[in-house]
Amino acid sequence: MPVTNQVTNVVIAGLGGQGVLKASDILAEAAFRAGLDVKKSEVHGMSQRGGSVASDVRFGAKVHSPMVSEGQADFLVVLEPTQVQPNAHVLKAGGVLIQPELIDPAALDNKRSLNVALLGALSARLEISPQHWQAALEANLPANARQANARAFELGRGAAAKLK
Amino acid sequence: MKEPQLLSGNEAVALAARDAGVALGCGYPGTPSTEILEAFSRLGGKAQWCPNEKVALEVALGAAFADNAAAIVTMKHVGLNVAADPLFTAAYTGVSGALVVAVADDPGLASSQNEQDSRRYAVAAGLPMLEPSDSQEAYDLTLKALEISARWKLPVLLRLTTRVCHSKTILSRRISPQPPGPIGFRRDIPSRVMIPAYARLAHRKLRAKLHELENLAEGAGGGEGAPELPPLTSPGKLLDWREGEGALGIITSGISFHHACEAAPQASIMKLNLTYPLALGRIRDFAQTVGRAIVIEEGDPYLAEAIRAAGIAVEGKGEPYRFGELNVSRVRRILAGDNSPEPVLPRGKAPQLCQGCPHRAVFATLAKLECIVAGDIGCYTLGVLPPFEAMDSCVCMGASIGVGLGLRQVLPEEQAKKVVSVIGDSTLVHSGITGLVEMAYNPPPTGHVVIVLDNATTAMTGLQEHPGTGRRLDHAPTRQLVIEEVARAIGLDEVHVIDPTDKPDDFAGLVRDSLAGGKLVLIIARRPCILAAPRIRQFQKPKPDKPE
Repeated sequence: MPVTNQVTNVVIAGLGGQGVLKASDILAEAAFRAGLDVKKSEVHGMSQRGGSVASDVRFGAKVHSPMVSEGQADFLVVLEPTQVQPNAHVLKAGGVLIQPELIDPAALDNKRSLNVALLGALSARLEISPQHWQAALEANLPANARQANARAFELGRGAAAKLK
Repeated sequence: MKEPQLLSGNEAVALAARDAGVALGCGYPGTPSTEILEAFSRLGGKAQWCPNEKVALEVALGAAFADNAAAIVTMKHVGLNVAADPLFTAAYTGVSGALVVAVADDPGLASSQNEQDSRRYAVAAGLPMLEPSDSQEAYDLTLKALEISARWKLPVLLRLTTRVCHSKTILSRRISPQPPGPIGFRRDIPSRVMIPAYARLAHRKLRAKLHELENLAEGAGGGEGAPELPPLTSPGKLLDWREGEGALGIITSGISFHHACEAAPQASIMKLNLTYPLALGRIRDFAQTVGRAIVIEEGDPYLAEAIRAAGIAVEGKGEPYRFGELNVSRVRRILAGDNSPEPVLPRGKAPQLCQGCPHRAVFATLAKLECIVAGDIGCYTLGVLPPFEAMDSCVCMGASIGVGLGLRQVLPEEQAKKVVSVIGDSTLVHSGITGLVEMAYNPPPTGHVVIVLDNATTAMTGLQEHPGTGRRLDHAPTRQLVIEEVARAIGLDEVHVIDPTDKPDDFAGLVRDSLAGGKLVLIIARRPCILAAPRIRQFQKPKPDKPE
């Protein structure tokens, strides 16, 4: 379990349109609300056209570079199975890979909530209290999708026990 | 109001512009700069997309010719090439209010056709340049740029890069929103009418202003004999000298500063926020107090060259680090003098034209007809990738038409008759219309065929409006530029409008006939972008706020 006086490095990866940037916005906001220094970084542009997208989120007492270097990620959250291989190099030895297979798609009200479900799994491994997660989810998701996303988040949080 | 917020660098620039009472924001969309004006508009600022960056800068300059009126103009690095003509002479005319030119570079080419380093423009035009490294500094240095601009009556360049624009970091607002002073026009012919007699004087005035700013930046550490100058009062510093432990001293600016802090936490650091003019006296002092002075910068070795040219002994980075973005591990390699080949990282999935994208039918036809395709800048540049591979050139905004015409002028007839120019609607308005004039004025012997990929939006940068959509930046209706009417007025032989997806056979037949006909033909392939279509339907509803 990372301690919060060190910098925690998370990379969220997937394909354009899967909600990678939304997921990293929610994570960054939850860490921000928990009173941590936060930096979040990604590259827009061509990635919007269905290509690979990755977003780096770093938080702790003091964060310098907004980018996660190779071999430095504590967590790699991947929304699309094909995107594990191109991003695996960011994980540090002993880092945790959170993959879509962790979530049973049939258990999701809406398949588009996979990003939030995987954040739920990540949340179980981070020292950010549930109230900050809830506030970050509410601030970043439309009101009519709130219940489905809240259930997806809890589903993921429950599934985290299956992580190595 | 002053509690911390988590904002992108682009949002930070917009917030500072709003807090400082900027009267007008202009620009043309371009990754990674696009969100500045959109955020400025959301915050209640008066913001507008212009047809291109040159016009945007001219409009902003005109606004800043009014007393007390502050303006900001935003663009990506290649947009500054388009705006360079007014930029260089705006340095001479100066401003009466304030003018900030925010330019966003794209080191590593996430979404651009080159990775030019805009810091060269500050030197070439003779304009002050500030470089923030995160969102707080983007806010602070926007205020600083406005202050410098208002004090020295000069446009000021605010140079951003992808990782400053699109990273979210924490910032606190430093000032409460300021109402501007009374805005009005005062005649000042010698300052603003750049006939040679006045421009000669204006050039000397410009250099004197830069010299004064340089002296201020030198502060106590340099600028000997300079008159006492009142300090700047806005938040943020022109440079920041941080004492470390040990012999290593790093001179840096922008995002590279944060990589350097992490790669070498013990180092002394001279962080330059004002990167033109440079406080070379302070840099000399810094270099002399450290055992080893090295410049860490992304892109061109701009700082290293300028510092060495002043006779200050500093190390620069190895040539491999001119290319692409820096990060912490690359900075470690630079510090270690390691120029060995870097590990090749696995490539992700390439972007592609969306399923259902109206451009697909066009490129399928061009591939089938084995056309020589002069392409342009937009989503449709993806037509170069499999399965289409239907593009033979892509240079800059609007170049498809000129390049296509040039090929037609010299190629043997059999090849010339296969040349097609392909350009998007927003790109045509930006820089393609003069190409159509050239086509009518100097028609190639075999005629020419231009296909406008009219998807009713500026898709590539995130679905922005342009004059052809008939809506302004905030999607409110305005006069619509009608492309077919423009083309007819220019005097082309034939102008066709067709939906390439709905009638692919008709479209293919039209292209085939046009290639064979030897006339000057413009084909508008018109169908809304599938990502934009639902939004466009909403905008076109009489009551746009009514949910579906």
